[in-house]
Amino acid sequence: MSMLEIRKLSMFFGGLAALHDVNFDVRQGEILALIGPNGAGKTTLFNCVNGFYNPSEGQVLFKGQPISGLKPHKVCQMGIARTFQVVKPLSRMSVFDNVLASAFLRNPTRKGAQDVADEVLHFTGLWDDRDQLSKGLPLGKRKRLEIARALATQPEFLLLDESFAGLNPAELDVSIDIIRGIKQQGITVMIIEHHMKVIMAISDRIVVLNFGQKIAEGSPAEISADRQVVEAYLGEEHGA
Amino acid sequence: MKNNLVPLVVLAVLAGLPLLGLNSYVMHILILSIMWTLAGMAWNLLGGYCGQVSFGHAAFFGMGAYSAGLIHLHLGLSPWWGFLVSLPLVALVALAMGSVVLRLRGPYFVLATLAIGEVLRITCENLTDFTKGTLGIMITRTWVEKTQYYYIILGLALLGFVVCRAIVHSRWGYYFVAIREDQDAAESMGIDTTRYKTIALTVSAMLTGLAGAFYTNYMGYIDPGVVFSLGEISILIIMVVMVGGVATQWGPALGAGIMVILAEYIRSLPLIGVAYQTMFGVLLIVIIIYLPNGLVGDWPVLRRKLLRRGATA
Repeated sequence: MSMLEIRKLSMFFGGLAALHDVNFDVRQGEILALIGPNGAGKTTLFNCVNGFYNPSEGQVLFKGQPISGLKPHKVCQMGIARTFQVVKPLSRMSVFDNVLASAFLRNPTRKGAQDVADEVLHFTGLWDDRDQLSKGLPLGKRKRLEIARALATQPEFLLLDESFAGLNPAELDVSIDIIRGIKQQGITVMIIEHHMKVIMAISDRIVVLNFGQKIAEGSPAEISADRQVVEAYLGEEHGA
Repeated sequence: MKNNLVPLVVLAVLAGLPLLGLNSYVMHILILSIMWTLAGMAWNLLGGYCGQVSFGHAAFFGMGAYSAGLIHLHLGLSPWWGFLVSLPLVALVALAMGSVVLRLRGPYFVLATLAIGEVLRITCENLTDFTKGTLGIMITRTWVEKTQYYYIILGLALLGFVVCRAIVHSRWGYYFVAIREDQDAAESMGIDTTRYKTIALTVSAMLTGLAGAFYTNYMGYIDPGVVFSLGEISILIIMVVMVGGVATQWGPALGAGIMVILAEYIRSLPLIGVAYQTMFGVLLIVIIIYLPNGLVGDWPVLRRKLLRRGATA
């Protein structure tokens, strides 16, 4: 079943087509990776899904319902959470309070929200840092805090925007485990990533964007064999 | 509950103060300090916790004050009913204002608050048939001595304290701070930012209105130039919170005490007394540079500096 349907999606900024006639589906329970060179329109697509942008043309359907044009908080209430490429921690709040504020979405009582926050912090390995102000965290943990805050809204669908960028190898492994754990919970994931090793390891399917257009879609094996993708993005060594 | 111990002790001390037989000038200072604490706590909820800076809280203070004055002038009711009249009136204006200007981000809200305070002052000055314009409204005060007024404003401030504290520790409070820290993040966490900013504005405005209604009853005279004043109300409320401590529980109380005493002291000085607002401006600059989080917020920093100086001396 398709969880998310991207239908003829276009986004113009003046004369520039950041996205042009993009079509693809994200199936329930899978991890779909969105890759492509810088400026290909990946984050723009996320912004169209989560409501920051109202697409110029086309539609986004979530579980069969159109969501384009809804406000970001509505989209989140429907069950789509996201993280940001440039992390946005609520700096002068503790790690715990960051996650708690998110958990209030589906748990109006403090007790209920605290239980969710506790669980999410354990799951993302941030429990020991819970009393720290979030601005004091190192980058790796701030990236994980983004994921934790998104998970605390108890989503069915998660948009991860470069959650692995800038991580060291040890942190990469931790985050890969977290994302596999998210999939095991039955949450569908769409992830933007440049780290090819990670992409090949975790994703079920890959969609490739270039200059705002979809140039390929398929399994990791198919994508790494695709000539167009190799030329546009991967380069020779990966394609071989 | 350990968390409630400090507020209870403070309340007990404040409730006991009039029993000491303080003279009426000291009582006057205390009453004004508590009134400004109420207004400061109200501003702090919106400006401190929710991050929406208002330069126009005189609008709500003045509406509260004129609620009390006008029902007395036109309906012959006791101005004490002003408290009840002001609440829905102020809430309505705040809701209308919030749902329009709080959709926008950045300086628009600040400018809108600045405008609404001035618009109301000028309107009030010119609707002479309704408000008596710059002549102002005079009421007969209920009591000559200060004690009753003291307990009434103490009760109102207690109400404000309890309301703010409950909100700050609830879901609303977390949403307010989330909005202050990052609106994009807050929205993607499912928070309807316009709605919660409007809630913060409305609660803040209603509490400020109560302080205004008290002002009429206590002072016995109001005019637009005073209760809608940019300098003596809107800016003073901000000063109270900035000096005491933004987004802190006790900041407004400390700031109110300091500002009221300072205002009285500076105004009593020969020659420079008339320039007290200039002095406040200088004070604000010093605070922003050296104690950006106010006395309560920067207390750990301040204490370290003082201790170091003590050690070297």
